[in-house]
Amino acid sequence: MLDRRLVSNFDWTFIAAVLALMAAGLTAVYSATYSMDGGRHGLFVRQGYWFIAGFAVMLGAVMFDYRRLARWGYVFYGIAVVLLIAVMAVGRSGMGAQRWLPLGPLSFQPSEVAKLALILMLAKFFSEDGVTNGHTLRQLARPLALVMVPVLLVVKQPDLGTGLMMLFIFCGMVVVAGIRVKSFLTLAVTGLLAAPLAWSVFWGHLKDYQKKRILVFLSPDSDPSGAGYHVIQSKIAIGSGALTGKGYLNGTQSQLSFLPERHTDFIFSVVSEEWGFVGSLLLLLLFLFIILWGIETANKAKDRFGAMVAVGIVSMLVFHVVINVGMTLGIMPVVGVPLPLVSYGGTSAMTTLLALGLLFNVNMRRFHLFY
Amino acid sequence: MWYHNSVHGGGEGTADIKRRLWIIVAFVVVSFSALVLRLWYLQVVRGKYYRELSESNRIREVDIRPPRGILYDRNGVIIAANTPSYSVIFTPEDAKDSPGTVEKLGAILGMTTGDIEARIKSERNRNPYKPIRVKENASFEEVSEVEARKDDLPGVIVQVELRRYYPYGEFASHLLGYIGKVTPEQLEKEEYKGLPPDFLIGQYGIERTFDRYIRGEPGKRGVEVDAMGRQVRVIYNTEPAAGQDMVLTLDYKAQKAAEDAMGDQPGAIVAIEPRTGEVLAMTSRPGFDPNIFPLGLTPAEWAYLTQDEGKPLNNRALQGQFPPGSTFKLAMALAGLETGKFASVNGVFCSGGWFFGNRVFHCWKREGHGTVALHKAVVESCDIYFYKLGDLMGIDNIHKYSTYLGLGKQTGVGIREKDGLIPSTEWKQRVRHDKWYPGETLSCAIGQGYISTTPIQLARMVATIANGGTLYQPSVVREIRGRDGKPVASFPPVVLGEAPVKREHLQFIMDAMKGVVEEPGGTAHSAKSEHVTVGGKTGTAQVIGLGKGRGKKYQDHAWFVAVAPVEDPKIAVCVLVEHGGHGGSTSAPLAKKVIEAYLRVDEESLREKAALENITTAGGRPVLKNITGSRWKAALRNMTGIRWKSIMDEAAARKKRAAMKNVTSAAKRARMNNLSSTAKRPSLMNRTSAAKKAAMKNMTGVKARKR
Repeated sequence: MLDRRLVSNFDWTFIAAVLALMAAGLTAVYSATYSMDGGRHGLFVRQGYWFIAGFAVMLGAVMFDYRRLARWGYVFYGIAVVLLIAVMAVGRSGMGAQRWLPLGPLSFQPSEVAKLALILMLAKFFSEDGVTNGHTLRQLARPLALVMVPVLLVVKQPDLGTGLMMLFIFCGMVVVAGIRVKSFLTLAVTGLLAAPLAWSVFWGHLKDYQKKRILVFLSPDSDPSGAGYHVIQSKIAIGSGALTGKGYLNGTQSQLSFLPERHTDFIFSVVSEEWGFVGSLLLLLLFLFIILWGIETANKAKDRFGAMVAVGIVSMLVFHVVINVGMTLGIMPVVGVPLPLVSYGGTSAMTTLLALGLLFNVNMRRFHLFY
Repeated sequence: MWYHNSVHGGGEGTADIKRRLWIIVAFVVVSFSALVLRLWYLQVVRGKYYRELSESNRIREVDIRPPRGILYDRNGVIIAANTPSYSVIFTPEDAKDSPGTVEKLGAILGMTTGDIEARIKSERNRNPYKPIRVKENASFEEVSEVEARKDDLPGVIVQVELRRYYPYGEFASHLLGYIGKVTPEQLEKEEYKGLPPDFLIGQYGIERTFDRYIRGEPGKRGVEVDAMGRQVRVIYNTEPAAGQDMVLTLDYKAQKAAEDAMGDQPGAIVAIEPRTGEVLAMTSRPGFDPNIFPLGLTPAEWAYLTQDEGKPLNNRALQGQFPPGSTFKLAMALAGLETGKFASVNGVFCSGGWFFGNRVFHCWKREGHGTVALHKAVVESCDIYFYKLGDLMGIDNIHKYSTYLGLGKQTGVGIREKDGLIPSTEWKQRVRHDKWYPGETLSCAIGQGYISTTPIQLARMVATIANGGTLYQPSVVREIRGRDGKPVASFPPVVLGEAPVKREHLQFIMDAMKGVVEEPGGTAHSAKSEHVTVGGKTGTAQVIGLGKGRGKKYQDHAWFVAVAPVEDPKIAVCVLVEHGGHGGSTSAPLAKKVIEAYLRVDEESLREKAALENITTAGGRPVLKNITGSRWKAALRNMTGIRWKSIMDEAAARKKRAAMKNVTSAAKRARMNNLSSTAKRPSLMNRTSAAKKAAMKNMTGVKARKR
């Protein structure tokens, strides 16, 4: 449990940054859902409850020594895979995908939790495989195979965004765990050569709307009222915010519903429209601070497992932010990736806060001696 | 620090991991920089562009039609006004995600999908977010249903606008004209440049000639819509600027009398104030109701207006060219007097015919007029006398004096008209490349042959004789008033020339005209009035090339020109009844009705006057006896005189301003209430208390002066 020495290691600026991000998120959700359910602010209130619960979970994730989790790495992974299979069997559908598991009056997305399980599993794997001078392809085969199981299950839902996110987290962790330059080049070259083949197979398995999204990303004006609508309206929303924004709750693109998915995937556009370049920049800086703080945590971690957990969580945050914001800015394809702690969504909020708790846990125990 | 292994590092080293962290840092720095640069580009570099896009996303700009200027008669009676009406406006782009909207809207408005699409396509080079009026003058029921099903009808807006309204329908309609949508061709012209594509402009008559004054300026309403095309709120609302009001020269009573007198007979009546050239009444038959034009004509209506053989759109008063028949003898008489040739003809014996050349020229009275001098020749319309006079003077003298009286060329009234024709030897040579034959002069002498005139020319001819020889350009507008009721422009009488003729000659003709109505042998006893001395001249114009007695269609045109009172001329009238037979029996009574109405000596006016006598004064304040409602109103209208008129004008202007205010505020209210209540119609005829008060004041004044 927590002793005084640990408390003295608390980094209050990080807590403040997380709270600031949560406040920004709630503010954004309030605006994005302002004109939605007849002014009852149901989603906003619900997100508030999720945040309270999530913050408790985050504090809970600080209480114990993270090293104890290493033992459970594969177990978490196993549970996640089982849950993903369960989703396929009994999951609830929404927005054209089967992503949710009913949980009493609530429902949650196992794919979100699976990301975290994957991080713990990979952290355990890379911290114990004893390879410090770069992995060979052969050495990476096993973890890749382990990663592909949940990835395929998630893509099958279909949730392309989360699937890609898992692969990106894997890549991030592999890069830090080390990969031989030769292996990397081989992988890159074969990847490039195999791409057309893989593409045709991959393309064939995509749903129509997924194909459309990719095509539209390549040329958004080809279908301005259909699939390109999201991106165009998002760019209009962000651009029209200009330097200082239109003012809180005054975003015409947001409040008049021109912006689709505005409380989830496109919430950054709402913020940008109403707060302008200044507000958007502040939000990005907040993310940047937390991310750099996470990297510093990895740098100071006392053991390989802690460092790899931190790297995994940082990768998760970085890719979520870059892909989500890039998508709203029209420089990334439209894949359903939430902006952590800002997009509406209970499971995502819980997972993110849990991850940040773990990060904090690693950071806090960086000076702690092993007994 | 980065490359320094923790002292507490334990069994496993973390150095290799920490050595590779720069890759993550580099990735974060690069990708975040990319995001910030992109943000900067979208928000700061192109912020203005995207702001405009977001505005056009949410704002639908609808133009609001301005109320056209109100047209008053010379005494302040409103003869063209505006009335609130509902326009249903649709932005197709807002409904593109809701298929079936056009069908649903069509079902409510009683239109087919094709009708609505035709409306949408009718505007060229349309901005995709430009709302289109799909139905004007929608009924209250239709509008209620549209509002009730608002959420089901994305992109549909209801707007209250003021629509042109002619309270008396087919009343001076050829003179007032009508309005219609500006055509693409008209939009190219300087006069109409910059108007909204479905703007209504005057397309005929006064509405067209004076359009630039009465048009007004459209307002603009910015309506915010959401992504579903549903109206959220009004963002800005520039009220349209009402057009300027005009006081016409028309006299409501005279015009009404002309309309009633004409009935359904084809023909025309024109009345002119001889001392100013102001047109007091102008009607043409068959006519039309100008109210139907801005609503969009049905194919049947359009076919009737353009293809009916009666040519309802043709203003016969200005564009009908007919031989003047015996009314031309007035001009002949003037020429005879001026040239002195009448002296040689006086005493001629009319036996009913005259052998000239190789044929017999008949008098209309086959048994003959006996010995005839000029006065009798006019009064009894003896053809033989004028044959001989014409033969003695020659066509060029006839041309000269007719021209002094304004015949044979357009009067310059400002509305499309025709020239008519007064021939001369020069004309014959120039146009027909032939010399003039003396026999042709004889036909012309009795207003037949080559001669043709328009009704307004004949009315002005009489006016010119009556006023002592001043040829006025007929006018239809007295004054243009700004929205504050103050005059912006006035139209004083325009003198085109003074006929170089002797006054006593004109007086001679006036006496003869009086004789036509009053003397035993006169041809127009039916024009005689108990209340006023009427002078006139009948005319019966042969329908050329057609035999007689073969049905109504082949009957002669019946003319009558008149002036009254003879001793102090105040009105000159010309009546034409096509195929009406004899001028004396058919047309003269109509002229009399118009004259009596204008001079307020018709039966209705006399009744009203008698009613006014019942007003006595008690303690210096007027007291009303036995007068209620409509009789009171009628009594007020009856009052004449300069002072009265100016008070009336002022009262009318005040009343109009009040009415305007009412209309706009009613329209506003209606918009605010989401059209839950019927918008008030402005009372057009109803005299307001202000007018009543003014009338009271005036009456006490009259009484005081009498005492």
